[in-house]
Amino acid sequence: MNTKDSQLIVSSAPHIVDPVDTASIMKDVVLALMPALAVAVYVFGIRALLLVATCVGTSVLFEGVTRKMLNRPQTIGDFSAVVTGVILSYNLPVSIPLWMAAIGSFVAIVVVKQLFGGLGQNFANPALVGRIVLFTSFSTAMTSWPLTDRMSSVLWEANGLVAEATTDAVTGATPLALFANAKDVPANLDMFLGTVSGSMGEVSAAALLLGGAYLLVKKVIDPAIPAAFLGTVAVMAVAMGFDPIFHMCAGGAMLGAIFMATDYATSPLTTKGKIIFGIGCGFLTMGIRVFASYPEGVSFALLLMNILTPHIDKWTKLNIHGVPKGGEKS
Amino acid sequence: MISLKHLKGIHLDHHKNTAGFTIVPMPVPEKVYIPMVQHIGAPNVPVVSPGDRVKVGQLIGDSEAPVCAPVHSSVSGEVVAIETFMTQMGRNDVNIVIETDGKQELADTVVPPVVTNKEEFLKAVRASGLVGLGGAAFPTHIKYNPRNPEEVDTLIINGAECEPYITVDHMTMLAHAREIVDGTLNTLKYLSIKKGIIAIEGNKPDAISLFKDLTKDIPEIEVFELRLVYPQGAERVIIFETTGRHLIAGKLPADIGVLVSNVNSILKLQQYLETGMPLVTKSLTVDGNLIVHPQNVEVPIGTKIRDVIEFCGGTKRDPKKILFGGPMMGRAMPSDDLAILKGNNAILVFDEAFSTMNPETACINCGRCVRGCPMNLMPTTLAKAWDRKDLETLKAYDALTCMECGSCSYSCPARIQLSYKIKLAKDLVMQDLRKQVEKAKAQAEGGKNA
Repeated sequence: MNTKDSQLIVSSAPHIVDPVDTASIMKDVVLALMPALAVAVYVFGIRALLLVATCVGTSVLFEGVTRKMLNRPQTIGDFSAVVTGVILSYNLPVSIPLWMAAIGSFVAIVVVKQLFGGLGQNFANPALVGRIVLFTSFSTAMTSWPLTDRMSSVLWEANGLVAEATTDAVTGATPLALFANAKDVPANLDMFLGTVSGSMGEVSAAALLLGGAYLLVKKVIDPAIPAAFLGTVAVMAVAMGFDPIFHMCAGGAMLGAIFMATDYATSPLTTKGKIIFGIGCGFLTMGIRVFASYPEGVSFALLLMNILTPHIDKWTKLNIHGVPKGGEKS
Repeated sequence: MISLKHLKGIHLDHHKNTAGFTIVPMPVPEKVYIPMVQHIGAPNVPVVSPGDRVKVGQLIGDSEAPVCAPVHSSVSGEVVAIETFMTQMGRNDVNIVIETDGKQELADTVVPPVVTNKEEFLKAVRASGLVGLGGAAFPTHIKYNPRNPEEVDTLIINGAECEPYITVDHMTMLAHAREIVDGTLNTLKYLSIKKGIIAIEGNKPDAISLFKDLTKDIPEIEVFELRLVYPQGAERVIIFETTGRHLIAGKLPADIGVLVSNVNSILKLQQYLETGMPLVTKSLTVDGNLIVHPQNVEVPIGTKIRDVIEFCGGTKRDPKKILFGGPMMGRAMPSDDLAILKGNNAILVFDEAFSTMNPETACINCGRCVRGCPMNLMPTTLAKAWDRKDLETLKAYDALTCMECGSCSYSCPARIQLSYKIKLAKDLVMQDLRKQVEKAKAQAEGGKNA
């Protein structure tokens, strides 16, 4: 063997790889989240940007520092912390104090993600747990929903307020809270476009669907989970005599179904598993909305299904073709 | 349950740069190095000695072993050495080194064989030295003589050529369509098989229409257009796509009534029947971003890689990776000092940009490997089980079913070498199975002795 030969690289096949990598997938998710940000800025004002920036900045910072302290390879370049930051901010009321948002990032990135082994190892969606911890720790700040003059007048009236009084920060119940108290809810068009109150990134079903369509086209997500999730919500709403459109657009259903339930690490691998997972999410969401004391049920529904995911994966193991179940008959 | 129409797969860029490049015969090099093992099975023993003069097509290595295909000289000249060397696979083998005289005189044995029945046909197939030219290199006369000949009803001619870059089968089909059809008819006739299917990927419409034309009055041959989904050319995939039958791991195609041969194998078989010339040359695609003149060449078997690269104008810079075969399943060569064998179909030469391995990052559970696996395996689950050497999971998740097509590794955004891990895992499972068999045997013997 001459010297030229000794420089040849001998590696196992295949020798080519799809240009899509983890970072490009995460960047696609961030891009898909942008229409909802645009609506949030329109509906809630410029503070929406400040909140996103805070969540993203602290998430990336915590990711970098934790990796360094744990002596692990740096992973801020994979953009997964950016995705977590954006989604966390979308789950918060726009008025939340920024230091609380930073605590949410800490819980999401350090506790839920990195302490369980980092990307792909977390048992629950980091942003989701961040939100739940903030919700149980700072329930007042987490349930103060600002009303703005961009929102449906029905919302103002149902809250016993008039839309002119916008000089001071005014808060009121969200559509789902109005629903829980059997009051008038905004028209479906407002619910769909997002001119209602709620967490900053969850209000506009239209913007979230647009992002979801992009992710479907780019094959970043599989339609199984969102379809099963929202389908179950709609079917259960109809079965219980409620408006299915309202329930699919209200609260965190769209954001949850398209961007949070489809989190790779905490959802099943196979299509069958994804359908079971989606149905479970929809079922629990509607169950909590209608029967439990919380007006909104997406967070806890998702958390419970996240925990069930390893089991669903076991139940839905794929079988190789051509072999009858229970092994080959010889 | 909806019945399954297609097996899963992945979409690749085809890079068929040499499509349309007619196969150019390469002049004989100064020396050829013909190995005794160019097939799956027992090694051949040289039947010539240093100093002997040999001619083209002359038998130079043969064996009494049942699973073996003889080798013939690809050149005329003088045997100058019989030497041991290390093969592409890292095993020891014997080369017959022949210094060529450039005359390319034919051996007296190169005369059309007399074939009137199945026995004579199988004898001719063996004498031609034919092995599966799709890459597996299993001796063809063994494949064509299954335990259950009466159950075999379909012969599939594999013209898929699903690997990127490689176009040599395409060009072969265009140049030798008539012989391929005749070879198919002969094989059907002598093996009493009812139906032949010539299956070609849809990116070769000229070949498809050529064969449709040639076979329009031949009811027993069907021309089948395969989808543009890798790996259509894999044996188990092409069988399912054309016949709807599943070939499971550990079974032979004949067990489900099918024989599969590459277009080149059928061509070489027909050429042997017509001329008596055994398998002594091999057509290859020579491509990759460092080859000065990418093209399709026909080279004498035993030509060294470096002579072939030289014939194609050499390389633009020092190569970093030399592949035998395509980029999905081809083998990276440790040296350009190895010889072309019967089973090789491409030499691809690449620079460092192509060859550098991406560092592996964490699995994000995205399921792209599951989506891409034609065998319906769960590659990430298998790879994780391999990492912790979890034999139970490897068996339960059917590691042995993996055919190493590479679709999972290709799809992985975390750059995990799933296919490689599963390949290693298969070895682990096989070792364990062998251990169990030995244990059972030992127990049975112990029982007898007691």
